[in-house]
Amino acid sequence: MLFLIPALIGFTAFFAWPTVRGVALSFTEFNLLRPPEWIGLDNYVAIANDPVFWNSLAVTSEYVLINIGVQTAAALVLAVLLQRFTRSMVVRGVVLLPYLIANVVVALVWFWLADYNLGLINSTLDAVGFDRVGFFGNEALAMPTIALINVWRHLGYTTLLIFAGLQAIPRDVYEAAEVDGAGEARTFFGITLPLLRPVLAFVLVITLVGAFQIFDTIAVTTAGGPVNATRAITYYIYERAFDRFDFGYASAMSVILMLILGAVALIQLRVLRANDSDLER
Amino acid sequence: MSILTRPRPPATDPASAGDGPPATTRPRATVRSRATDEGFRTTSRRSRIFGWIALGVVVVGTLFPFWWMIRTAFSTNNAMFSDPLSLLPVEFTLGAFERVLGIASTSDALAEGGSGADINFGLYLLNSIIVCVLITVGQVAFSTAAAYAFGVLRWRGRDTVFAIFLVALLVPAIFTLLPNFILVKELGLLNTFLGIALPSIFMSPFVVFFLRQFFLGVNRSILEAAVIDGAGTWRIFYRIAAPLVAPQIVTIAILQFIFYWNDYLWPLLVGQTENSTLLTVGLGIFKSQTPQGSPDWAGLMAGALLAAVPIFILVVIFGRRIIGSIQSSGVK
Repeated sequence: MLFLIPALIGFTAFFAWPTVRGVALSFTEFNLLRPPEWIGLDNYVAIANDPVFWNSLAVTSEYVLINIGVQTAAALVLAVLLQRFTRSMVVRGVVLLPYLIANVVVALVWFWLADYNLGLINSTLDAVGFDRVGFFGNEALAMPTIALINVWRHLGYTTLLIFAGLQAIPRDVYEAAEVDGAGEARTFFGITLPLLRPVLAFVLVITLVGAFQIFDTIAVTTAGGPVNATRAITYYIYERAFDRFDFGYASAMSVILMLILGAVALIQLRVLRANDSDLER
Repeated sequence: MSILTRPRPPATDPASAGDGPPATTRPRATVRSRATDEGFRTTSRRSRIFGWIALGVVVVGTLFPFWWMIRTAFSTNNAMFSDPLSLLPVEFTLGAFERVLGIASTSDALAEGGSGADINFGLYLLNSIIVCVLITVGQVAFSTAAAYAFGVLRWRGRDTVFAIFLVALLVPAIFTLLPNFILVKELGLLNTFLGIALPSIFMSPFVVFFLRQFFLGVNRSILEAAVIDGAGTWRIFYRIAAPLVAPQIVTIAILQFIFYWNDYLWPLLVGQTENSTLLTVGLGIFKSQTPQGSPDWAGLMAGALLAAVPIFILVVIFGRRIIGSIQSSGVK
């Protein structure tokens, strides 16, 4: 079983053990210097009474709703356009490009484009006579701005997944619809969307679980501010652990986040019946 | 982003992934495109024009920020004030690159609007290359071996062990982060390349899962012939089975390299000294050190460009494989 030994070491040491340890740490007070001290459910009680935690859940949800909503709708449109008009690998490559570039790089480019004083967007607004907009400095706008930046980054990836799903829909279904005289809109809502459901379910689960863990973009642009407007859950976990050395508290929040992610994924798979396709009926 | 945002491997059609699929998938692709050509004819002229305009907007909207990054990196910081709207570099200069690569003297850097802070992207670039190559080679080699054990070899308890392995796919990256940090700290490996690489170097459940699909698709009679010829398990692995899956191994290696090249949070925690700082982390530090009132935008964009260019090159060379692999991950 020589083939399996390195992978088993990796699995045990860096997946299984940390999972067990993470849950255990959530019941302790631990600051890295002294050994962890068992405090039962105290962390969870404190978290339940922590307004910053509840706020982080709220702003994370805001991010997820905007990001996933806009991204999925735009990707659906773009995938249909690709399917109808071009098979070009170059176009697909261009669209995918932002997804392959680091979050940090993407965040910095947009931070620059949307800069209040010198950025292109505000300079243009100014030149045509509009007021400048503080995209990152305004509490109401900071999270939507970050969500849209990541729509730009992930659009191509989501599009390619949906595009592949469109390719798998048999042609004769469309031909039958055409013979029956169904128009564009009717064909899309009556055929394309329902047949795409399993792929959409898969895409939604993957992108949602990722979106809940938003960190990089926040870390290099707003660092949680202004006030708590972009202090998303992962960023708050990071701060509790590495700025305040509160590893027990941070671990407990990680456990909660993991449970939320698990629940979200399960509900989605249920609701969207991801595993059975309408084609087979 | 987490490990979970990445493409999932194909479940049923291993042959269609990657760039070098077996010949059997080719005719299907031709049939499909012919069908779409027919689709073109039924589309009205107006909607065709609208469609192409929409696609054009998307392509320009995708590429423009990259152009703006290039345009800024080759301009001076003074030009940001004088010509904020110019589409071309203003006062063309390589000064920003000299600054972030640590070639320019401190006084030059200050004169050009740099922070004068000691920032050395040359070193970070080298660090990133070393760490990412280390992780990719180790992870893909070990994961290939594991995928072979799960996909080709027959042994008792195989499917149970594999099912347990798959659970690792479901654990969000953020969850193992804190305990792994503590473990690496206990091992005394903070701020070392090995510390950054360690959690990823032995395997990725995703890569094992991905490659196992392709090993399952390998024709067993070839392997059985090799056994009859007296080849050992190891020999069959690296002379026959692995070469058959080579295109997929290369594709996944590229994807993993890009993933670790872009990773930020883990190297931010574990590589905090100058000699263990990776490029993405260095960019974050550079951004936080740049003066609030007059940021060194040219320097920032030059640094960002250094982090992006290797990916541009990979996409130009391997774009087809990357696209094929992502697309095949969506259809079940």
